[in-house]
Amino acid sequence: MAEHALVTEGLTKAFGGFTAVRGVDFVVRRHAIHALIGPNGAGKTTFFNLLTKVHTPTGGRILYEGTDITHESSAAIARRGIVRSFQISATFPHMSVRDNVRVALQRRLGTQYWFWRSIRSLSVLDDRAMALLTDVGLADYAETNAADLSYGRKRTLEIATTLALDPPLLLLDEPTQGMALDDVDRIKRLIRRIAVGRTILMVEHNMSVVADLCDTITVLQRGEILAEGSYEAVSADPGVKAAYLGGGHA
Amino acid sequence: MSNTVKIFLVLIGLALVVPFVPGLIYPVFVMKVMCYGLFACAFNLLLGFTGLVSFAHAAFLGSAGYVTGALMIRFGNHPLGMPAAFGAGVAAAALVGFAIGGLAIRRRGIYFAMITLALSQIVYFLAVQIRWTGGEDGLQGIPRGSLFGLDLSSDTVMYYVTLALFAAGFLFVDRVVHSPFGQILQAVRDNEARATSLGYDTDRFKLLAFVISAAIAGYAGAMKALVFQLVSLNDVSLHTSTEVVLMTLLGGVGTIFGPLLGAGLVVGLQNYLATIGDLVTVVIGLIFIVCVSFFRRGIVGEFLHLRRRRAERGKTRPVLTATRAEAPAVEAA
Repeated sequence: MAEHALVTEGLTKAFGGFTAVRGVDFVVRRHAIHALIGPNGAGKTTFFNLLTKVHTPTGGRILYEGTDITHESSAAIARRGIVRSFQISATFPHMSVRDNVRVALQRRLGTQYWFWRSIRSLSVLDDRAMALLTDVGLADYAETNAADLSYGRKRTLEIATTLALDPPLLLLDEPTQGMALDDVDRIKRLIRRIAVGRTILMVEHNMSVVADLCDTITVLQRGEILAEGSYEAVSADPGVKAAYLGGGHA
Repeated sequence: MSNTVKIFLVLIGLALVVPFVPGLIYPVFVMKVMCYGLFACAFNLLLGFTGLVSFAHAAFLGSAGYVTGALMIRFGNHPLGMPAAFGAGVAAAALVGFAIGGLAIRRRGIYFAMITLALSQIVYFLAVQIRWTGGEDGLQGIPRGSLFGLDLSSDTVMYYVTLALFAAGFLFVDRVVHSPFGQILQAVRDNEARATSLGYDTDRFKLLAFVISAAIAGYAGAMKALVFQLVSLNDVSLHTSTEVVLMTLLGGVGTIFGPLLGAGLVVGLQNYLATIGDLVTVVIGLIFIVCVSFFRRGIVGEFLHLRRRRAERGKTRPVLTATRAEAPAVEAA
């Protein structure tokens, strides 16, 4: 087994003349909770999109568990066990909460192309789906349409759906964005709990979440790594202060 | 028994007695409704349950009609002629669907729709140019042949065979929607990026849905060729492709029975208002405007929506308040 869960070497993405991510060498240790922070426009989401192949890199390599995945499709990367969440809540709004989770579980059943079988053949997954929903505290909403959930619960459902795949590497794009304090705490506890035995890489703006959860923090600025290390080390870094507050105030 | 099955059985029961009351309703009219109804169901599988807009469905209806018709004209006397020609028609539609879908699926939204439109025009062009399709004349006097020794030239026998074919086709569509595959299709329709991130190759699901939909449209086309013993350029025309959009939207996109109702209405208007000539188009156009403006979910869609709202009003008020209390105070931080 490779020492690192995820490695990028010289990862670069240029949109026309604008280079959003520039030669990033980046390492995520196995079973770490790793945060990616940086001011708006630093290239965090682009970097995420490169890892899950929403965008194709213009240069560099991505290695997952020592295997080069630079040229694999989004779906293939997900099947390898790298599953992402999205900046805005990503549920299947017209499906029930239980069916949302079941769609994720269904992949392991291998019946996703069976158009001749009854939907009842999926009920073997119901117990597992309910267990996952109970685990995140959504069991009471199992029959509700995902569209009717509150924002915080939609994000929770998204995490439950992601967990259904039991992914070794979770990529969370701003998991607490736009949430009230109660919800932030709930998600924080949930992330800490699901991090056992998994690697988590997240983009996050909420510094209290980053400080409480993450062992390693990487600061991106203008598509390049500005600093890296523990919360204390990074927050003391003069370059980081300058990037967040502007040069004049540092 | 689910509501779908109940409604379906009632409809079939009503359809069974139609040949006994020719003064009330023409069996030929009902057969036409069944052909277009199934055609609309095929289209709805794509628009309602996969989220793809196709302007190529006439190409599938028509190419199956031409293949079935041409084969019947040559081999109609053979005892297995009818099932073989029918199957060949469906297979042809599936193949055309695979070709058109395979090319179009690389693009999204309006571009997808435009590619299907362009490619279906090629099919139209071929139908005009190729000799065995009869060009402007189309195929006329197609023999119906026989099925399991039953002579289909009798309208009554043909009626019941059509009804059986229709029932099988309709149940098949319902099964596809309510299958493990159908679940993934709905996920793709709801949020394609998320479905991809769960590890599903969404393009392959969309292509398979497209081919199934094309095959069912072809099934309806083969039925229609036998019922009317006629295939014409109108069957592969853009006009027919847009008509099926209208039927589906009018009845209720994404509902099981909506497309049937929509097809019944449109075919009914065309038949019973035939005396006013081209004004039928104006009437249907007006109905469409009213539909899009006032009941966008279609007739069945609005009905289901109303019923759901009423059911919710009865029980979930406390839950709603709870949700409100916990709703995130956005931007508070």
